[in-house]
Formats: sequence, C-alpha cells, structure tokens
Amino acid sequence: MANLKSTEKKTKAQVMGMHTEVLTGRTQQKFFNPDEAENFYYFGTYDVDFNKRTDLDVKDMTAAEANKEIDNLMSQGYGTIVIKNPQGKHSLGVGILNKLNLIFEGSLGYFGMGSCDGPIVRINGRVGWSCAENLMAGKVVIEKNAGSCFGAAIRGGDLICKGSVGARTGIDMKGGTIIIGGDAGAFTGFMMQRGRIIILGDVGINLGDSMYDGTIFIGGQIGSYGSDAVDSELTKSDQDWLKRKLKVAEIGENFDVSKMKKIVAGKKLWNYDNLEPTEKKGAI
Amino acid sequence: MCGIAGLIHRGKSSKVGHELQGMLQALKHRGEDSTGYALYGDTNGKNFIMRFKVGENVGEGSTSVAEDVSVYDERKKIVDSYLSELGAKIIKEERILPYSLRYEIEYDKKDLLNFSQKIESIPGVEILSMGKSLEVIKDLGNAKMVCDRYNLDKLVGTHAIGHARMATESGVDIKSAHPFWGYPFSDVSVVHNGQLTNYWNNRRSLENKGMRFMSECDSELIAVYLAEKMRDGASLEEGMKESLTGLDGVFTYFVATKNSLGMAKDTMAAKPLVLYESDDLVAMGSEEIAIRSILPQEIDTYDPFDGEVKVWQI
Repeated sequence: MANLKSTEKKTKAQVMGMHTEVLTGRTQQKFFNPDEAENFYYFGTYDVDFNKRTDLDVKDMTAAEANKEIDNLMSQGYGTIVIKNPQGKHSLGVGILNKLNLIFEGSLGYFGMGSCDGPIVRINGRVGWSCAENLMAGKVVIEKNAGSCFGAAIRGGDLICKGSVGARTGIDMKGGTIIIGGDAGAFTGFMMQRGRIIILGDVGINLGDSMYDGTIFIGGQIGSYGSDAVDSELTKSDQDWLKRKLKVAEIGENFDVSKMKKIVAGKKLWNYDNLEPTEKKGAI
Repeated sequence: MCGIAGLIHRGKSSKVGHELQGMLQALKHRGEDSTGYALYGDTNGKNFIMRFKVGENVGEGSTSVAEDVSVYDERKKIVDSYLSELGAKIIKEERILPYSLRYEIEYDKKDLLNFSQKIESIPGVEILSMGKSLEVIKDLGNAKMVCDRYNLDKLVGTHAIGHARMATESGVDIKSAHPFWGYPFSDVSVVHNGQLTNYWNNRRSLENKGMRFMSECDSELIAVYLAEKMRDGASLEEGMKESLTGLDGVFTYFVATKNSLGMAKDTMAAKPLVLYESDDLVAMGSEEIAIRSILPQEIDTYDPFDGEVKVWQI
C-alpha cells in the first residue's frame, strides 16, 4: 500500500461532507468535483444524438457480434437503436456505459443488459436470468416476465418488469429501484444492502432473507419472511414516493399504495454509512 | 451444469425427435459429454419396445473400459435366450450400434420387475427403457451427434424429454447419462438438472425396499424415488409433490409417462426453467433459446416459481 499521509488540504467533495478521508502521496483515488463534472466520462463512450435512429437485426449474429455492432453504431452517433430478432440470445446489450435509447423487439436470454451505466432500455418481450445485473444508472423496462436473479447487485437506476419475476429478485442489490407489476418468487431481496424493491403482486417464501438494509414494498400476499426482515410503518412520504415511482414506471397507476406492506431489515448488521458513488451524485 | 428440455403436443403428433434435437442442441453449451432422448412415439400400443445396451460407447472422452465386439454378441445371445425363457417373442430386432439394440417384443405379463431383473442379471446389459410408447436413446456426444447416430430425426410422437449432460457426479458413459427409465414401470422416464445432496441416504433406503440402481448418478434417484412412490399407490403428481421435501438439494426435473409430461422445481428455485404453454403445445427448457429453436416467433414464456409441480396430458 502506498505511504499515505494526512493533510489539511481538502477537496471540494470533502468540504461537502461526501467523504472524510484526506490522503496525499501516490494515490490513484479520484474525488468527485461538481465543477469538473463535464470532464468525467468513461473511456470508450460517445456523443450520441437521440434523434439519430437505426435498426439492427441480430438474428444471425452472436451476442458478441451484436454487442460490438451496438458499440459501433454509438460511435457513429446513433442515440436510438432498435434491436430486431433477439430471439432469447444471452448477454445482449451488456456493458453499455453510455446515454442511449435501446429498444429490443423481442425477448432476451440470460444476463441481458448486464453491467450497464446510463442507457434507457425497453424490452418488448421477456428476459431470462440475471437481467441488468450490476446496473449503475439508467432505466430498463421489460414488458413481459423476467427470470430469476432479476436486478442482482444493482447499484442504481430503475429496473421495471411489468410481468412476474422468478426467485432472488434484487439479490445483493446495493441501490436503485426494482419495480415488479406481477408476482415474485422466493428469496426476493435476499441479502439486499440498499435500494428499494416494489412488488405489486404476491411474493414467495423467505422475503428479504438476511437483508442488511434497504426497503421492500409488497402489494399482495407474502409467502414468508426471511431472517432479519420485519414489517415497518408505511408513511405518507413512502406513499407519495410509491405513487411517483409507479407513475414513472407506467404500471399500477391506480394501485392503492396505502395498503402496501413495508419490509425493512430488523437489525443493523453492518455499517453502511458511506454512500455509494451514484448516491453521491444524487446528493448533489 | 447440464441442460434439460421437454415438449408435449396436445391432440396431435409431430416429429418430436427432430424438435427435441433442436432444443437440446441449443443447450449444448450446458454440457455435451452425453445427450439423451426419451421419445414417446406413435405405436400400435400392443407390443413393448425395449431399448437396451450390451456394452458402453468407449469412444473419445468415455470413462468406460473397451471390450471386444464379440463380448457384445455373446451378451445379445444370452438376452435372446432369456427373452425366450420369459415367454417374450421378438417381433422386430434392430442393432443400431454394436452395443445398442432396439427390440419390439410381444410380452403379455404385466410385471416388468422380474422381466427386467432377469435381463439385467447378464453382466454389462442394461435396459434403457421398456414401454409401449417410450424409447430412451442416450449416448456420448451432443444432441446432433446422438440424433444422427440413432436416426431420431424422423421419429413421430406426442411428447419427449431430453438432457444435455456435463458430467460432474459420475463418469462419462451411457449408464450415467439421462434420461433414466422409471424402472420397473413401463413408459416412465426422468431427466434432471441439479444436484441431490441426500442421494446416498435415499439410495440405501430405497435399495432396502428392493429398488434397483444401475449407476452412481444422483439423478437416477429421482426416477427410482418416483417409481417407489407409484409402486406404493401414489399418482405421478403426488409422487412429484412428495419429492419436493423427500429430495434434498437443488433440482429442476421433468418426468414423462405414456400420456403425460410433468415438471418439478425445488423450493429454492435454484435451477433454471423457462416454460411456454399454449392450448396445443407445452415446451420447456433450461434456457429460452431451447424453446426458440422450435418457436422462433415472439412468444410469452415464464419461469415457474419455487416448489412448483405441473403435469400436462397429451
């Protein structure tokens, strides 16, 4: 480890109270500075024009070929890409760290839209296991059902499924919001650490098992509670937030949120006071 | 990892051999040590079809010991003589490969236990399936290789289940390949994706009750477990529901009988399954791409929930 010394010199982020550590020496740690926000970008991202639209037929492509072509189209400035004939292929649309309107005219297999940060995605079909795993930001809307491990380990963004989802929805999630229009399977919110899950329908056994933090809202019946998951009071503020979220999600607009159950962690298992990077951005 | 697939046509027959080949080939990345088919073909319903092996495929990747073809010939002769002793008449005989045979036999007695025990008392001989509709075909290699080797492409029937295997618990050989016949019940077959953690406890218990195991593959337990439940009077669906607590571990499995196809998923839903259901067809597989191989158009599919058991009739 580098020999780091404390110093009184503070970055703007430290002045804002976003973190407390003050480091000098040879460190690659970078702190967020709102004045330099426009200089923050991911390597390999592109300026795209949302009005520039194209179709991409992936019927005869492998997932790798399709993903490379999406990247190629973004490099040409296309901001709206419609994917034709995904036909349940795995790992489509992964690793997009760009603002982009992406529309899938069909269903995806496993690991669709994994490790993304920023795109707005609409999937006019179903998704398999582990959709949008590790999502950092953006919005992914699935018009039909989803498989298990939906939104595993997401850190931000909105992940919406208008149908039903399988088991372990939101497993290990660390932020963001997952909204389900239908039912969800067992172990929903398993080991979740932050973020919110909204299920309008029923949910299976072991809800919120071993959850560290975060909040789960359930509109239907609960199979059973997992360890550490307990009921909490649904506040007026919660209800207002739920109404806003459901409206944005285009589902359950007339859903009576006042009857939803709110589930939280029953005990503090760990110290999660340090905010996630996406939440730092949100705080500003 | 393994992949499983199954389909059932309701109210009609189709080229189920070809369809299942496409589904299993789409899942070949889940394992291609061996592939197996349980096909329920259109037959006259009078005679039994017995698929059996007199040896192992000792090709590349096999964990079996090579034997001379003359050994296979000798075993076949003993099978033929035993069939005669049992009062079974061979109507049609096909030797597809030196170690793999298909007999159509006339056999009036209903008890297949004594029949099977007699045939399998010959070292190296195993009945892969015995039924009036069921034919279990399994061998090393991926779905297309096995389909081509056994000419399954044109087989017409109502339903089928199959398995693409990545060998983890036992050897790369035909005896450990799926599907497993629900011995000694005719026309019952099972495929499984997952791992059973109370295999040995259950096996010892079932063996003490007179049930037979041919391999050390944990998946065989499901077939034997269900066969024992049915022997004691339970329906297939009742047996499957009991298996959710009787079997420990993670599993999704399919079971098929002459007229039905069923699925069960463990209470943790740890193994994948995607299901498509319409009025005339049910198709399911470990991944959606298996279903897409026979239904490329946009369809509505879903994942069955944890602890779910479903059975469909033809």
